Amino acid sequence: MTRGTLLNLPHAALGSLLAVLRQQGYNCIGPVVRDGAIVYRRVHHVSDLPYGWHDEQMPGTYRLERSNSPRAFSWAVGPEALKPLNFASGETLWRAERNHEGQIQFEETLPAAQPTAVIGVRACDLAALQLQDQHFLDGPYRDPYYAARREQLFLVAVHCTHPADTCFCASTGDGPQAEYGFDIEMYESEAGFLVAPGSAAGEAIVGELQLSKSNDSQRAIAEEEVRQAARKQTRTLPSQNLRDKLLASLDHPHWQEVAKRCLSCGNCSSVCPTCFCHTEHDNPALDGRTTEHVREWSSCFTAEHGDISGKPIRVQTHLRYRQWLTHKLGSWHDQYGRSGCVGCGRCITWCPVGIDITKEAAAIYEAQLS
Amino acid sequence: MNTEMVKPRIAVHKFSSCDGCQLAFLNAGPALLELAELTDIVYFAEAGSLEREVEIDIAFVEGSISTPQDLTRIKAIRENSAYLITIGACATTGGLQGLRNLYASNTRDWTGAIYARPEFIETLDESQPVSSHVKVDLELWGCPVSTQQIMTALRALLFGVTPGDDRDKICMECKRRHNVCVLITKAAPCMGPVTRTGCGAICPAYGRDCYACYGPAENINAEALATCFEGLGLLPQDIARRFHFINCNAPNFKQAGTIWRNKS
Ligand code: SF4
Ligand code: SF4
Ligand code: SF4
Ligand code: SF4
Repeated sequence: MTRGTLLNLPHAALGSLLAVLRQQGYNCIGPVVRDGAIVYRRVHHVSDLPYGWHDEQMPGTYRLERSNSPRAFSWAVGPEALKPLNFASGETLWRAERNHEGQIQFEETLPAAQPTAVIGVRACDLAALQLQDQHFLDGPYRDPYYAARREQLFLVAVHCTHPADTCFCASTGDGPQAEYGFDIEMYESEAGFLVAPGSAAGEAIVGELQLSKSNDSQRAIAEEEVRQAARKQTRTLPSQNLRDKLLASLDHPHWQEVAKRCLSCGNCSSVCPTCFCHTEHDNPALDGRTTEHVREWSSCFTAEHGDISGKPIRVQTHLRYRQWLTHKLGSWHDQYGRSGCVGCGRCITWCPVGIDITKEAAAIYEAQLS
Repeated sequence: MNTEMVKPRIAVHKFSSCDGCQLAFLNAGPALLELAELTDIVYFAEAGSLEREVEIDIAFVEGSISTPQDLTRIKAIRENSAYLITIGACATTGGLQGLRNLYASNTRDWTGAIYARPEFIETLDESQPVSSHVKVDLELWGCPVSTQQIMTALRALLFGVTPGDDRDKICMECKRRHNVCVLITKAAPCMGPVTRTGCGAICPAYGRDCYACYGPAENINAEALATCFEGLGLLPQDIARRFHFINCNAPNFKQAGTIWRNKS
């Protein structure tokens, strides 16, 4: 839909947006400070939002600081994206029971998802959500568990003005301005928010709020702040399509070099908003009559991920790191028509040893050129 | 399941240990009653001895081998048992008491330093894992092991399949639990990236760093984590102690700790 006129929502009126969402039956989730990070959790009141909180992120480091800024969204993405809201980190896919005649009966365990509004979604995470939608919903095998939750989501984007040192969404073309995938978009400034609906559902909510129109100069200032956020980013990927370079470099010595530092811990793929790998297993009850079939997040950094018919094909770390990078930035293009990286920087911040995907990709890329 | 089937006979043995792993049975609640239905518990150290010298199908062994008597007894148990499972860090790697293997050049020296009458102390020079002396069919890691680990392994054996062995790192479980990483936010020297899953990432869920009570995971890079700890400001002897702790005799922890101890 075409971009609507931006409307004024003063800081003091943010609570009315939450109230309308709640009236319409949405459970509100938003950024809150928990255990030293900004994470998405249930928001009961606007005062739960991280007013004045800023993050300092570096490879392998995340710290929060507080100022007296009136803003609630002056931070870059925390450890969790929208991913866990749709693709559960662990869930039962079905149950089975053996009855007294010895027959096995299956029981479906589809989630009963509630309408959920997420406040403060970033452009990078919306881009990642589109990739997860492609993976879980498009094609012949639609994932009903993911779909049940995804269909209930209402997304309120806040354009990013505070990228972290680890962010590079401008380089991947996925931010800091959110361009699609939201129901409402908002710009935050010292004075308040400029708001516009992005979908029919968003229009219904914004329509309830009776907001005044903003003027052109307000829009210009807000947009300039987001453009500045793009200019603040220092990291870049060498190209938006590294597929051919990476796949031609499978024997490059740099994989071994990364493996000296890499812990093969899988934190990068767990925090990555686009990674979708999982493992499945059964949890039979001790009496052997009932069982639950469970799906959990997994990663190409585990041994099991490279287990083909009992034969481990990626025993060493350099092969696992190579799988991560050549899938994320390489074969993802074949599967989904673009790279699997949206530049959120999470894998850099939340890697215990601070391995930086932009540097490793550049090392392979440059070596190819020379 | 076929109720006509002969119930497998199980035994729970204790060696040098704190008895904590046996609690995984005693704390099982209703599952313990279920277990008593499904199996024939013929010997259980903590719950009071039943029969001891009979042939059994599944033997659980807690504790390390650290005295000459332990050595004789574990061999007899192995001979009488079709399937032998070690439970916990002591039985699997020699346990915390295995620190003496690293820090005492001579057993006599430290027994002399600790006991008034060291001549009454009869001990092996080292506290060793069960697998140093007899064949072990399955190792359940942890300090202590959980009820769930034991019941999962038992259920698999009752089905007649090989029990699974989850050797992923704690970090995988930690992220599934939505914990915020303490290493990244607090510079806490978390051992999660080298430690085997199984506990459910309990420590990071309470805001503290994992101390590796489940022992090494598969394909670990202890040197890279130790270097990371150095960057967080730990002194070499403190890094050594992260590895030389509950599972100090697991070969790759032993090696990593020794490298850093030698730097201090
Ligand atoms: S690869 Fe890293 S920077 Fe790219 S989307 Fe995933 S977590 Fe974000
Ligand atoms: S293979 Fe690795 S990089 Fe690709 S989706 Fe799975 S975890 Fe992510
Ligand atoms: S790159 Fe970092 S986060 Fe990813 S597996 Fe290696 S050490 Fe872990
Ligand atoms: S807190 Fe520890 S176990 Fe959890 S992700 Fe961080 S390093 Fe891994």
